[in-house]
Amino acid sequence: MLEYRIDRHSGVATYVQIVQQTKQALRLKLLEPGDRLPTAREVVEATAINPNTVLKAYRELEREGLVEARRGLGTFVRRSLGTAPTDDSPLRAELDGWAARAREAGLDRDDVAALFTAVLDRHFAVREEHLREEHLQGDAS
Amino acid sequence: MTDTGTALRAAGLGKRFGRSTAPWALRDCTLRLPAGRVCALVGPNGAGKSTLLAMAAGLLAPTEGGLTVLGEHPADARPRVGYVAQGKPLYPQLTIADTLRVGADLNPGRWDAATAGRIVAAGDLDPRARVRTLSGGQRTRVALALVLGKRPELLLLDEPMADLDPLARHELMGTLMAEAAQHGTTIVLSSHVVAELEESCDHLLLIGGGQVRMAGDIDDLLAAHTRVTAPAADADLTGHTVVESRTTGRQLTALLRPGGPLPEDWRTFAPSLEELVLAHLRNPQAPALTPAPAQPQETHA
Repeated sequence: MLEYRIDRHSGVATYVQIVQQTKQALRLKLLEPGDRLPTAREVVEATAINPNTVLKAYRELEREGLVEARRGLGTFVRRSLGTAPTDDSPLRAELDGWAARAREAGLDRDDVAALFTAVLDRHFAVREEHLREEHLQGDAS
Repeated sequence: MTDTGTALRAAGLGKRFGRSTAPWALRDCTLRLPAGRVCALVGPNGAGKSTLLAMAAGLLAPTEGGLTVLGEHPADARPRVGYVAQGKPLYPQLTIADTLRVGADLNPGRWDAATAGRIVAAGDLDPRARVRTLSGGQRTRVALALVLGKRPELLLLDEPMADLDPLARHELMGTLMAEAAQHGTTIVLSSHVVAELEESCDHLLLIGGGQVRMAGDIDDLLAAHTRVTAPAADADLTGHTVVESRTTGRQLTALLRPGGPLPEDWRTFAPSLEELVLAHLRNPQAPALTPAPAQPQETHA
C-alpha cells in the first residue's frame, strides 16, 4: 500500500504532493493497473491532513485518466506511467551538452540552476497554475 | 461528506458577562458553518473563541442575537454535539474504564465503545488508572475518547492540542480526520496557532476583538488575496481592498483583495494562511471578509 509523506514546509500544495507521489509510484511501478489507492480515511489517519485534500488529489488523478473511483470499492489505478528518460536518451544527451556549454561560458552551479529553474518555470509553472484554476472551478460547482 | 446543510449559524450573536456595563466578549457575530467542514476557529487570546464554542454547545446563553446548531436550538442539539472545554473537565476520582462506562450510560443508542477504547489504547493507558493520576496530555486523550465515543455530528474542541506532545498531537489529529472522512463529522477546533491547524482544516473562522474578521473555505480565502510588491512612486491601490500596506524606501508591499487585474510590472505572491491571518489581526480596520450572506433563515433567539 502506498504511503504518502506530506512535507508541510515544501511550499508545494498538499494535494499536489499527493498527485506527484502517486505519479512517482506509477513511474517506479510501485503501483500498477488494478491496484487500489489507500482510502481517504487511511491517508488522513496517517497524515492528519484534511480529507477533502485527499479527495481533491484523487479527483485530479481521475481527471488525468490515471485512476478511477469505483463506488463503494475505492480508487483504482487505470494505467501506468512511462518511466523518466533513461541515461542514454536523446533528451538527456542534449541537456548534458547544454550543461557543458554553460560551464565553458563561465556560469557556475548556482547560475546554471537559476537559469534552468527560470526556463522550467516558463514551460511548466503556467500549466500547473492552469490546472489549479480549473480545479477550483470544479470545486465550486 | 455532505456539503448540504448547516452545522452552525449565528445572527447578531453577542455575549457579555455580568453587568450591562461589562465589555462584550463577543459582539454582532454573524456566521454560517456548512456541515462536513473541518473549521479552524482562530483568534488571539480573549478574542471570544471559547465564548462562541460554549454558546454553540448550549452551555452559555447569548446576551443578544441567536444561533442554531444542526438546525436546532443549541440546548436541543446537545445529544448530537460533542464538546470538549479547554480544561478537559473529567471526574478525577473515576478510572478511565469508569469514565468510558459513564459515556456509554449517558449516550444510549449512540455510544461507540470500540472507537473510544481504541483511542485510549493508542495512548498506552491502563483502563484502571484514575483520571486524577493522569498527565494533562493523557487527560486530553481520555476526553477525546469520551467525546468521539459519543459519535457526534458536530464536534466542538476548545484548544484540544495544547497539552499534547507532537507525536500524540499528530496521532490524535489523524484520528479526528479519520472520523471526519468516515462519518462526515463537522469539526470546529480552536487555537491561537494557525500553523498547527493549516493542513487539517478546510474552513477558517477568524475572530478578533469579539468580531468575525474573516470566514470561509480556506481555498477561497487564499484565492481572494494577493501579496504584491511594487515601486512606491507610481503604485496606485485604488480599486483594490487593502488589508495591509507598507512602504520601505522605494518599494511598496501590500496584501490586497484585488478588485481587478493588477499592473504587469507588480510582483505578486500567493500568501500563506498564516500571513493572511496575521495581516488581518494586525490591521483591525481592514474590512472583514465573510461569504455572501446566505438566504435568511430563522434563528432561535
